Amino acid sequence: MTFDLAFMLSTLPAFGRAVLTTFKVGLLAIGLSLLVALMANVLLSFKRRALDMLVRAYVELARNTPLLIQLFFIYFALPSVGVQVSGFTSAIVAMTFLGGAYLTEVLRAGIEAVPVQQLEAGRAIGLSGGQLLRYVILPQAGLLSLPAVFANVIFLLKETTVVSAVAVPELLYTTKNYIALYYKTYEMLAVLTGLCLVLFLPLSLVLGLLERRLQRGHLGF
Amino acid sequence: MATSGFELLWQTAPQLATGAGRTLAISACGIALATVLGLAYGIGRTLGIAWLDRSLRVYLAAWRAIPVLVWLYLFFFGLPMFLGLSVPAFACVVCVLGLWGASEVGEVVRGALRSLPAGQRDAALAIGLGRLQAYAWVLLPLARKRMTPGVINVYTRIIKTSSLAVLIGVVDVTKIAQQIIERTYASVTLYSFLFVFFFLACYPLSVLSRRLEQRWSH
Repeated sequence: MTFDLAFMLSTLPAFGRAVLTTFKVGLLAIGLSLLVALMANVLLSFKRRALDMLVRAYVELARNTPLLIQLFFIYFALPSVGVQVSGFTSAIVAMTFLGGAYLTEVLRAGIEAVPVQQLEAGRAIGLSGGQLLRYVILPQAGLLSLPAVFANVIFLLKETTVVSAVAVPELLYTTKNYIALYYKTYEMLAVLTGLCLVLFLPLSLVLGLLERRLQRGHLGF
Repeated sequence: MATSGFELLWQTAPQLATGAGRTLAISACGIALATVLGLAYGIGRTLGIAWLDRSLRVYLAAWRAIPVLVWLYLFFFGLPMFLGLSVPAFACVVCVLGLWGASEVGEVVRGALRSLPAGQRDAALAIGLGRLQAYAWVLLPLARKRMTPGVINVYTRIIKTSSLAVLIGVVDVTKIAQQIIERTYASVTLYSFLFVFFFLACYPLSVLSRRLEQRWSH
């Protein structure tokens, strides 16, 4: 077994683009997921049974089915009813569908964890509903759910590897492509593993740090 | 030729059942492996043996940093090259699910064991139990309620992740559905079926996990 270092170096530009694509897909999906989660929690805040059930149904459906199936449904099944979507768009939509549900739960838990006295105190000093949300609930809920949000960000970034299945040229797709073209399996797997470690290991270490920091309680209550 | 979606599903039920069986078998084997190894991990990290703790932390970091699908490719393409043995795709998926699941189950077990008051361990040792006996008869039974909901949650993730098997060529429920689509073009019907199949496999477990958590948190 020989290790073709020159070949590995020659693939670096392509892997550079792959890393960018991974982050593009991942960050776009995360941003949209946060938006979905915020909207879902606004719906929940109305405390209407129908809205609650709608959000619940969405969260349960998204969380109890695999990303791969959601992705395939959008990419392969929707065209047959006249909705043509590119691999990239399917990837973003599927990951937002999944990530939105996870973050909805995270945010809801954060909001519920804000002590009720905080709300009462806010109301007592005459804050309106919007002000209460802006100055009392969201800052505390945001801080409380920070580790969980961050954990989901990492989770979604790693899930981008799944979208290689619909030909989005991210890390794994690029690896598979090179293996198929040049049979340099060994070298390409090494590059893939190395890049995963470089990209995701620091992130999970930061997550661990964040969790410990917040556990010690810098929240002031 | 089937006229409606349900008729098509009915006609292809035997094939779909075979595929579903394969997917569930992969999940079940992965879950069994993950449970056994996860318990070992959780115990290993609470024994207070420095080198063991450090090795298991590296193990956890590796499974957390590298996505499961990448592990699947590493096992499927990498093992034949490193060890010179060809591992069937089915066994690859079970191994990866089991080893990855072990790190996730293990973290839940560790958390539950760590949350027990230190006095329990001291008391168990004081009445003459060995260290492993203390786990078997005192610590794990005490931690059982705290870890069960979390562990069940990991099980649903293992079932969902088992869908990745199709990407390394296992003829699972997804592959069978895709083969039927190639003949009939009924992609909406069959992908809806897959949605429902995985939902029915995971949702009851999710509900169970939540119920147990609510019941036991008081």
